[in-house]
Amino acid sequence: MKPLRFTLNLLAISVISSALLSSAATAETAYISNEKDDTLSIIDLDTLEVTETIDVGERPRGIIFSHDRTKLYICASDSDTVQVMDLSDHSIIAQLPSGEDPEQFALHPDDRRLYIANEDDALVTVVDVQTQEVLAQIDVGVEPEGMAISPDGKWALSTSETTNMVHWIDTETNQLVDNTLVDQRPRHVEFNKEGSIVWASSEIGGTVSIIDVASRKIQHKLSFKIRGIHPDKIQPVGIKLTDDGKYAFVALGPANHIALVDAKTYEVLDYLLVGRRVWHMDFNADQSRLLTTNGISGDISVIDIEDMKVIKSIKVGRYPWGVRIKP
Amino acid sequence: MTLRDGLICFNGLLQRELLRFVQQRSRFFSALVRPLLWLVVFASGFRAALGIAIIEPYQTYITYEVYIVPGLCAMIILFNGMQSSLSMVYDREMGSMRVLLVSPLPRPFLLMAKLMSTSLISLLQVYGFLLIAWFWGVEAPLWGYLTALPAFLLVAMMLSAIGLFISARIKQLENFAGVMNFVIFPMFFLSSALYPLWKMREASEWLYWICAWNPFSHGVELIRFALYQQGNSEALIIVALVTVVASVLAVRGFQPQQGMGKR
Repeated sequence: MKPLRFTLNLLAISVISSALLSSAATAETAYISNEKDDTLSIIDLDTLEVTETIDVGERPRGIIFSHDRTKLYICASDSDTVQVMDLSDHSIIAQLPSGEDPEQFALHPDDRRLYIANEDDALVTVVDVQTQEVLAQIDVGVEPEGMAISPDGKWALSTSETTNMVHWIDTETNQLVDNTLVDQRPRHVEFNKEGSIVWASSEIGGTVSIIDVASRKIQHKLSFKIRGIHPDKIQPVGIKLTDDGKYAFVALGPANHIALVDAKTYEVLDYLLVGRRVWHMDFNADQSRLLTTNGISGDISVIDIEDMKVIKSIKVGRYPWGVRIKP
Repeated sequence: MTLRDGLICFNGLLQRELLRFVQQRSRFFSALVRPLLWLVVFASGFRAALGIAIIEPYQTYITYEVYIVPGLCAMIILFNGMQSSLSMVYDREMGSMRVLLVSPLPRPFLLMAKLMSTSLISLLQVYGFLLIAWFWGVEAPLWGYLTALPAFLLVAMMLSAIGLFISARIKQLENFAGVMNFVIFPMFFLSSALYPLWKMREASEWLYWICAWNPFSHGVELIRFALYQQGNSEALIIVALVTVVASVLAVRGFQPQQGMGKR
């Protein structure tokens, strides 16, 4: 009788533990940088609860995964470094020489070159993440912030908040090639999947410029209007585009709304209410969910893409800034 | 009284109310105009004014319109309940209630059956309002419309019973204006229908306590939670308790040996 019971117990334990393991393996995880708390919050996307909070460098803002998603790069702005976190045990394994005050960055398709905007120095620093060496520093406009790299890896784009330009950097030569003037205080740039179009948000201008990559000229300009909200409060920052080319999401900062835009006709379809001062967003792997970071209310909102509804807001640390979701 | 007698009686009362409802279509529309004005005019103006905080049962940030809808449903029920209760007292002297009360069925049953049938009619108006609110962009979860049904019914019973009790006891309130001023308005405004209780507390502590003790607040919260497929046991217990107590008192008020018959 006893051995049988033992076997049954063993069986039960193995079934439960394998169930736990498999759920842990399939659950998607969101990483959120909390600017004021110097921490990362980790959210389980199945339960929509914060599972862990990890201390990182000072004033973490932009975060990005390595292509194999084993590492997370963190712009620790006040520590003047980019930290590299090993995602298997959440330990910091390296500090990259990022130049001063790194805010946003983008990883080249070669998985090695990291293009970092140094807000205080009017520079873009290029770092090789393997050798941890600075490859180049490129002069751009005053207060660079937004960074994006074209899907084919040819262009690195930076936006400078005071010069009001999108700067085009040729990644082969790391030279500034061209500038596109946009509305006041450009904060963020985002390529479409094909790399033919770039969306650039202007925070104070209240617009999003849609730029043709081939001609590097603005082909359309979006503006926003929300019932009951003063136009001054509509300050576009983060932009996310769905892979199917149907929708664009624009975070409207202190307007506390996300604009849902038809990415083909550039028509604003809807405004979704989220927390206060929404800046950045990320999709999960199958793009069924979009997470937004709401700085002042200190939470993230979860949008269901199929229903186009905000389903939940979850408290994280103080001033959440960046968000990335790991499948 | 057998079950069959009871059902026949209830059926008769309900049909009469339905007939009245169908024939007086203007009454239906006028009952809808009031909450719709609140929703479209009042709530639109206050969209951004309500401070942002996530409160239960909501999972995320909501516009003021979304917040106010359960309160407006309760308002429809409140007006209907008070109106029909008042007419019952009035009718007792000279109208259909007089005929009804000569029935051999027990008087408490007659009164409760009457309250129930007017409550069911209120539900039609509430769902009519919710449908328009849906087109206005205030959508609750689909199943919530079903789970809210028992909450609507219980709150309707509570408010009708309170109305019946008050109108039978207080002679001065016999006209509707009196009820409006001294019962409906204080009940509606001093509740969580228009502002969450934490917001009231910011204004003043005693205002908060009045609102927290107001049974109408608990009715509104019961509806709010049920509409979002959640239970609120505190609100449920209070609403159920008040319904029972008010019903007992109301029935007693209708006994010939006491209450207004004597006056």
